[in-house]
Amino acid sequence: LKAVILIGGPQKGTRFRPLSFEVPKPLFPVAGVPMVQHHIEACAKVPGLKEILLIGFYQPNEALSRFLVSAQQEFKIPIRYLQEYAALGTGGGIYHFRDQILSGGAEAFFVLNADVCSEFPLQEMLEFRQRHGDMHSFVILGTTANRTQALNYGCIVANTDTQEVQHYVEKPSTFVSEIINCGIYLFTPAIFQHIGEVFQRNQQELVLEENSNGWQRAEVIRLEQDVFTALAGSGKLYVYKTDGFWSQIKSAGSAIYASRLYLNQYSKKHPERLAQNKPGGPIIRGNVYIHPTASIDSTAVLGPNVSIGEGVTVGAGVRVRESIILHGASLHDHTCVLNTIVGWDSTIGRWARVEGTPSDPNPNDPYAKIDSETLFRDGRLTPSITILGCSVTIPAEVVILNSIVLPHKELSRSYKNQIIL
Amino acid sequence: MRALILVGGFGTRLRPLTLSRPKPLVEFCNKAVLLHQLEALRQAGVDHVVLAVSYMSEALEAAMREQEQRLGIRISLSHEKEPLGTAGPLALARDLLAEGGEPFFVLNSDVICEFPFAALARFHRQHGGEGSLVVTRVEEPAKYGVVVSDADTGRICRFVEKPRVFVSNKINAGLYIFSPGILQRIQLRPTSIEKEIFPAMAQEGKLYAMELQGFWMDIGQPKDFLTGMCMYLQALRAQHPEKLHSGPGVVGNVLVDPSAKIGANCVIGPNVTIGAGVVVEDGVRIKRCTVLKGARIRSHSWLESCIVGWSCSVGQWVRMENVTVLGEDVIVNDELYLNGANVLPHKSITESVPEPRIIM
Repeated sequence: LKAVILIGGPQKGTRFRPLSFEVPKPLFPVAGVPMVQHHIEACAKVPGLKEILLIGFYQPNEALSRFLVSAQQEFKIPIRYLQEYAALGTGGGIYHFRDQILSGGAEAFFVLNADVCSEFPLQEMLEFRQRHGDMHSFVILGTTANRTQALNYGCIVANTDTQEVQHYVEKPSTFVSEIINCGIYLFTPAIFQHIGEVFQRNQQELVLEENSNGWQRAEVIRLEQDVFTALAGSGKLYVYKTDGFWSQIKSAGSAIYASRLYLNQYSKKHPERLAQNKPGGPIIRGNVYIHPTASIDSTAVLGPNVSIGEGVTVGAGVRVRESIILHGASLHDHTCVLNTIVGWDSTIGRWARVEGTPSDPNPNDPYAKIDSETLFRDGRLTPSITILGCSVTIPAEVVILNSIVLPHKELSRSYKNQIIL
Repeated sequence: MRALILVGGFGTRLRPLTLSRPKPLVEFCNKAVLLHQLEALRQAGVDHVVLAVSYMSEALEAAMREQEQRLGIRISLSHEKEPLGTAGPLALARDLLAEGGEPFFVLNSDVICEFPFAALARFHRQHGGEGSLVVTRVEEPAKYGVVVSDADTGRICRFVEKPRVFVSNKINAGLYIFSPGILQRIQLRPTSIEKEIFPAMAQEGKLYAMELQGFWMDIGQPKDFLTGMCMYLQALRAQHPEKLHSGPGVVGNVLVDPSAKIGANCVIGPNVTIGAGVVVEDGVRIKRCTVLKGARIRSHSWLESCIVGWSCSVGQWVRMENVTVLGEDVIVNDELYLNGANVLPHKSITESVPEPRIIM
């Protein structure tokens, strides 16, 4: 049993700028640890899971290498990065590396998208497959969305008794189903046969076309549009529906929402990871993660939903709520930080107010998902989470509201509803 | 000598403060506006002041009874049943004003300056005309009544109200002294002294202008109220620096009532007035603000160019700026941002106001 995590590459994840300028999106900290570490931790818990493979098209970089080393040590499981030579799509990457994935006689393997936040019910997916279908069936993890938002995802129509997938459409324009694809799958080696068929078809189509880019295009295979759509109704594809928490992480705003979901999970399963109220310590409200090397004044008030990174300093009388403070940042006395991501090594001067607008899903709708909305609407910047890129300096006593500040910028006045280049 | 103060009407431009108090009783630099004027008049030898009022006269009356004793000055109220404009009230108070046979002062209740009443009286007696008014230089004269006068004698040639082209940068400061003869020009009906009485007097060569030294401000609206406060505190620094507050965390000109309490790690000033019984908690930054009696500013908040009304409670980590005015007894919840909010009395603010608007 193995796990494959699809981590994408630099051309993907542009909605995560300017944060993705500094660090590959899969390594962006959510609830205090790199996004993909939550996936790895969940995989390492599955008994019999022997190896984790990360597939993507990032060039080898220091951050990724260091992360792999420390993750292997912490979770005691081999983890390797397989770099695609080009963006091959969600199916093309695993197809290209099929030999590596199947090496050692793997009978089955999970595939997980890095940019989702989930409870990862992997063991339950294995048990589900034993009850439904057979040892050669493929399982998609699904969850429920509301009718409007379902159109933004892969929609699954399934037989209510057998859970067999009868129909699959990726991002339909009209309503098909409320059950959506979570981007987490359980495959057997047989999947490569189906992907191979898509590959053959692609090649044949290219031969017919005049202006092809050649072999590169044939190898780009999308699991969702190319494979699942074809497998639907064939009796080989099943959906395991979960009610556990799940969200895409496409934009910075969703990183804060995902943090909240994971911190909430910590409070139930790993309360020791959360900060507690202690005499001489800051005042903690709700779920707050504080890295052990952070230095927090005892008069600061943190939370709910706050993650404080490595080496961060938080001064006297600081208020932080619904925010991520990345490592090395410094919040001076009396600042107020709400709905914001403060970039690595940034500084916020005394009495400054840095505030964004949350884009959370409707709390009254249990199936509502976070909107990955566009940056502009009607020609104006949509109010959203405030993001400070790395090494940004905010002077004392100003207000920064609903703005995005690119890295290494030193501001000299207040800004509202702007992108500051 | 006697004086008439044109208190007039509703003070709508200084709402929401004037929804709770008549405008002359709103504290300017910790003293009711009217009191600034009464004290200056007393010093110039005035022993009887008439207040021409039309709104909230009972509140005014009660307050004035207290001051009469203290100041040793007699205060009468002349109550307009209908608004009489800027000249009509003189006719209404005719008997009181003409009684002594001496010249009498008339002033707008919105005016704050280094009151030159003694000098004005001397100037008036010297030229022997019917009326003298104080003029001051301003940057934008078109908002006011502009005065063109002879540089040597001070005799006014022309008097133009809110001119559309530049005529002169000296404007009518709203402080006058008149000989009792002027009362024959004014009838008991709504009359504008600037539009109907002064132009005639100027033509007859009976109106003179004296230039004011020092600062001047019409504090009838919040923006100007704060600008006037800055000027007043600056003058106070020059003349009575011992009245200003000093100490750690005090920057520039700051006036603090002795009964107010200021917490640790605050930075207050420049240009701040803190009223009686105000509590400012730890880590607060205040610049260019007036905080009226009994208000509380909770910790780590940041205020610039605001007026905080009586008994307000401003929460923790609040940011208020851009001429935000809180009426009496307003509560602002923690962690909010108010930008140019104009909040009516007894309101609870639970959401930020990122762009200027009125909160009813």
